[in-house]
Amino acid sequence: MSQDVESKVKSIIVDKLGVDESEVTHEANFTNDLGADSLDTVELIMEFEKEFDISIPDEDAENIATVGNAVEYLQEKVS
Amino acid sequence: MSLSLKGKTALVTGGSRGIGRSIALTLADYGADVAITFASSVDAANKVKEEIEAKGCKAKAIQADAVKLEKAEEVITELTDDWEKLDILVNNAGITRDNLILRMSEEQWDQVIDTNLKSIFNYSKAVAKPMMRNRGGSIINISSIVGLSGNAGQSNYAASKAGIIGFTKSYAKEFASRNIRANVVAPGYITTEMTDELDEEILETIKDETPMARAGDAEEVANTVLFLASDLSSYITGETVRVDGGMGM
Repeated sequence: MSQDVESKVKSIIVDKLGVDESEVTHEANFTNDLGADSLDTVELIMEFEKEFDISIPDEDAENIATVGNAVEYLQEKVS
Repeated sequence: MSLSLKGKTALVTGGSRGIGRSIALTLADYGADVAITFASSVDAANKVKEEIEAKGCKAKAIQADAVKLEKAEEVITELTDDWEKLDILVNNAGITRDNLILRMSEEQWDQVIDTNLKSIFNYSKAVAKPMMRNRGGSIINISSIVGLSGNAGQSNYAASKAGIIGFTKSYAKEFASRNIRANVVAPGYITTEMTDELDEEILETIKDETPMARAGDAEEVANTVLFLASDLSSYITGETVRVDGGMGM
């Protein structure tokens, strides 16, 4: 399951930000490393919500800045 | 490209009377499904709903206080759940509580700012995510010539209407990359129930100051909103269009 979450998250990021899969490392920061603007990050969160059928409150969303943050948060949420 | 809103959905706040009513009916004339919100005029709102349905479009009349963000989010969620998307938002709800500054109460100030300005933040914020999901949208905020020129006895109203313009330009910049456009329509002297309350003397002065020397009709405002709502204005955002017979020149 956790592997599923990670690959799903990565494929959403690749799709949404138009980046190469190799760039989507655990440490990669959406804004600084993957070139996301502020609306891109909001859209990423919206996409996670849709794909995992959950609701991510704004205060949680603010703490999701890297690929690793997202994977860990979503693994916890969906488990 | 033709002027059609077929397949589009719209929400007009304060749509039961006056300019809002005219905007709602005009959007439906061009094929949009239209929801309106209203504060208290239940009968008038239901009548607008029936008129929209008679044009072959879907309609909703929702009683909603414009001042609470939570309420605005509820309204938008209801619409996007039932109609799948929202293409057009017309923030029209507004009130006046005229008084000279020396006599104006804090309550009069707050009521006007909340209803006219905060409501626009509420609905525009609530609609942002659905419009991003929908890859675009058009927001039209109804200001007033008074927001550009100021008016003795209307400092609260003028401040709210000028605030709308600043808000709209900021919104337009924040969401331009997502194809969400935001524009302002600033009516001059338009015959409605709101202007019926004005003194005869003031009305004469207004006419004297209007180069076209007549009051405008709510439909003339609605037609401008129609243009900004439609794809014919696809490259216009952050703009304020006066519909005032030349008064603001």
